[in-house]
Amino acid sequence: MGLMNTSRMKSPWIIHVNCTACNGCDIEVVAALTPMFDVERFGIVNVGNPKHADVMVVTGCVNPKTARVLKNIYDQMPEPKLVLAIGACGGTGGIFAECYNVLGGPDKVIPVDAYVPGCPPRPEAIIDGAVAALGLFEAKAKAMKEKAKKAAEKAKAEA
Amino acid sequence: MIDNLIISLIAIVGAPIIGGLLFGIDRRITARLQNRFGPPILQPFYDFFKLLGKESIAVNQIQMMYVLSHLFFAIAALLMLVLRQDLLMLMFIFAFSTISLIIGAMSVRSPYSKIGAQREIMQMLAYEPVLLLMVFGVYKVTGSFMIQSILDYPMPLIYSLPLVFFAFLYVLTIKLRKSPFDFSTSHHGHQELIKGLTTEFSGTQLALIELTHWYDLMILLGLIALFFAQPLWVGILIALGAYFLEMVIDNICARVTWPWMIKATWLIGVGTALVNIIGLYLRP
Ligand code: SF4
Repeated sequence: MGLMNTSRMKSPWIIHVNCTACNGCDIEVVAALTPMFDVERFGIVNVGNPKHADVMVVTGCVNPKTARVLKNIYDQMPEPKLVLAIGACGGTGGIFAECYNVLGGPDKVIPVDAYVPGCPPRPEAIIDGAVAALGLFEAKAKAMKEKAKKAAEKAKAEA
Repeated sequence: MIDNLIISLIAIVGAPIIGGLLFGIDRRITARLQNRFGPPILQPFYDFFKLLGKESIAVNQIQMMYVLSHLFFAIAALLMLVLRQDLLMLMFIFAFSTISLIIGAMSVRSPYSKIGAQREIMQMLAYEPVLLLMVFGVYKVTGSFMIQSILDYPMPLIYSLPLVFFAFLYVLTIKLRKSPFDFSTSHHGHQELIKGLTTEFSGTQLALIELTHWYDLMILLGLIALFFAQPLWVGILIALGAYFLEMVIDNICARVTWPWMIKATWLIGVGTALVNIIGLYLRP
């Protein structure tokens, strides 16, 4: 594990996206930022700007309106990035799964790396999920490098 | 000559390390003041290296140049300080560093970034007169703009420029973009301007801006130390004390609006500095 990877794991900046959630999960996510749970001790900062974020914390299920927004925010985040889906809605659509306008969990639109089950999950579980997901950064960074290499080769071949 | 080279090298390498550590301690103390545990002291360095390793998404090609000039002008200002050069020139170069960042933020189309840049201009409007008055006061006392002459002056400057020092402490909060004057790039995300000035910078660019911020801090603390030189260690202790004061102010203040800031800074900052300088003229 190099310096870069240690840094990545120690400084995950999150962006919190509320995507058709009932607000139950959101309150728990925000609770994790309070002095009681203080996620800043893991270097986690809620940045609210996709361009600065490393981890997207998405709550709730996806409907046709929010799908576009979610994809847009995801695309704005620079690689390597992780997606953490919170709650039963974040997994399958939860209690809203059968609604006529619900497509399902966020994984219908963007690749999700970790799920935190619960309705809503406790802040401890959310922190646990976030810290567990950080282990995936190394593989992500490798994939990013390979992608960049392939793109460069392709550009060379075309030229 | 060779001495100067060595001093410059030490300053270029050492300043960001000390600056980063100070910011880490700042975050830790802030957390303790808010009854939290807080991040590790090395956190700013983790953030920095992580940002270096991110994919670079440049909004336009020219953006990186502005970020680089933001950094280089700050380094140049630091070098002028440690090599004891012209104080007036230092202030101009320091201002150029900020202006580069403003232009960089203006070069994109995001409204958040633009409003942040405009607020930064307001901040410059507020503190630049105070900085110039400070340089003027130093000239009045020592008879020269050179930093060397401050160090050669038999008495610490604070005896003749106490109010100017107070005004400088006041603008330090604005310069460091701390609360109550943190509106150009809100200190904590998720506020009305997202991240203001730095909204559109990501990855390496953001890392370089962070690095420049460390240099800025060292320049400002160096300027504080100048008021108490010689001996220099008293100045350094006072500078650290001033930074601690900044942390406390940062934590106990809510943000003000920019019209309030300009009024207050011109009234209190320029006012006290002017009173001090007029006093110098009246002194027999
Ligand atoms: S998982 Fe439960 S608490 Fe969370 S958004 Fe869905 S319904 Fe609300």
